[in-house]
Amino acid sequence: MSRTGIPACLVGAHRREAIVLADPITSDVRSHIVGTTAVVYASDYLNKLTGERIERECKKQLDSGCRTLVIDFSDTGIVNSIAVSILLGIIDIAEKREARVVFSDVNDQTVQLFEMLGVIKHVVLAKDEQEALNLFSPPTQTQAMSH
Amino acid sequence: MEPNTQKLIHSFSALADLGQEIADSGDFIEMMRTSLHLLLGTIGIRRGAVAECLVHREETNTLALWGLGEDYQAKLVVEEDDREAFLNLPTGALRLDSKADPAELLLTTFLARHGEELRAEEIELIVPTVVRGAVTGLVLLGRKASEEAFTSEDIEVIRAMVRHIGVGIHTHRLLGEVKQRAEENEKLYQDLRAIYRDTVRAFAAAIDVKDTYTQGHSERVGKYSEIIAREMGWGENEVEGIAIAGYLHDIGKLAVERKIINAPYRIDAKESSELNRHPAAGFDILSPIHHPYADIPLMAKYHHERLDGRGYPDGLTDTQIPIGAKIVSLADSFDAMTTDRPYKTRRAFDSVIHDLRANTGKQFDVQVVTAFCRALLKELTGETKERKFLKMLGKNYLDAEKDAPLLRELLNELDPNTQAAAAGGV
Repeated sequence: MSRTGIPACLVGAHRREAIVLADPITSDVRSHIVGTTAVVYASDYLNKLTGERIERECKKQLDSGCRTLVIDFSDTGIVNSIAVSILLGIIDIAEKREARVVFSDVNDQTVQLFEMLGVIKHVVLAKDEQEALNLFSPPTQTQAMSH
Repeated sequence: MEPNTQKLIHSFSALADLGQEIADSGDFIEMMRTSLHLLLGTIGIRRGAVAECLVHREETNTLALWGLGEDYQAKLVVEEDDREAFLNLPTGALRLDSKADPAELLLTTFLARHGEELRAEEIELIVPTVVRGAVTGLVLLGRKASEEAFTSEDIEVIRAMVRHIGVGIHTHRLLGEVKQRAEENEKLYQDLRAIYRDTVRAFAAAIDVKDTYTQGHSERVGKYSEIIAREMGWGENEVEGIAIAGYLHDIGKLAVERKIINAPYRIDAKESSELNRHPAAGFDILSPIHHPYADIPLMAKYHHERLDGRGYPDGLTDTQIPIGAKIVSLADSFDAMTTDRPYKTRRAFDSVIHDLRANTGKQFDVQVVTAFCRALLKELTGETKERKFLKMLGKNYLDAEKDAPLLRELLNELDPNTQAAAAGGV
């Protein structure tokens, strides 16, 4: 929640875009908010430690009212098994809250892994962050302009 | 890369990670959480749990949960017959998906109890962890993210990983048992030590009963020795040992005639020679006993030795005398000086200080006297709240205002550098 008591992502919607940095002590996950969409950046090697950080960040964003999660893999080279399980957990939580999950900028090797394990059945893949945002941005833009 | 090759590499990599996790992790619950993640992420399963079967009980204890309902605890009842049935599953796993698994017939009672709740949680596969022919736990697995049925290859990989998890549970259980045994042994050992200490106290009382005029002497020597050793920075075990040595130092008096010990006059040379046998006699009594502390018999044997070689029974000099014997020697002499004897009343404290000053370096070791004076000074000045000396010497013996300066003065004189200089000048 913001200082005004308005969910962070709605503050973002009002201002069109707000940079939200995660708590540097508990997590070094980069994220920002566009409308009701939270963009969370995965690290170069997605394992248990970094996977759990992303999980915490995604939960935080969902708790604050975001309805779309974009997890950006542009920096990610490798995703291990533990991280796959954690990502499936994030998808599960998002589904229970009727939120959508988009994976952006995923490299070919990771796409193959996600295909093999059925992960892509539950997420939308986008070429890059911008494409991911465009998928859901029109209503957000309207909302932002109406303010 | 061929999908099958990629799948194989992914599975092998996960198996290697799992093996490392089971071997390395110190935190058992975290190890189980990670293992479950590894298993789910290897096959692409959305939810699951690891439950251990409790020993001698028909219940499970949940070790890790992922993706299941918030209130679901995976608390299962697994009877002896169920465990037997899980052991005999033809494929090593029980399928709960749409295709009826013939193995369900083996687990009718288990499924009657839990089938509905497991299906409600979308559990599709149950794999027992089996170690040395016994079921140690159950791994519950939900639907694959691909929404396809589990293949036989999937089940092979899952079983291989579940075997690792089973080993992790078994090892943790064994470590728990070893720890429990170690704790029991430690308790037994402490009980034995307590019995030993009580026995020693009883012996000390028996020694002192023989000597009408020095009742409580052995116990006080034990306590003074303990104070000195602690002040010298000895470890707790060694401090206990020196206290025991103090309690037993005069045990050889049991071999000396009572009339000599209790003579209400200064004993003659012959009687003195008889009395002086007691350190060696003490050594003979204590040597056959296996004491839990080092050198107890030697401390009894040498507590009448002097640094200048004029002591008995062996006339040892400074470095030949064990430090423990030097401590007991001072404690013994201090108690002798500060308690009434048949032929003399106890000395005033300033006279005791005078004796210590005169005999340090000849009879007493400087480090031991220094530690003794420091401990007594701490009690007199209130630096320590303990009142050990006060209890042993009685209320009116010490006067802090008068005696603390005497101790400080002696301590200044006993400064090791000064001692060294003096020794060098002789």
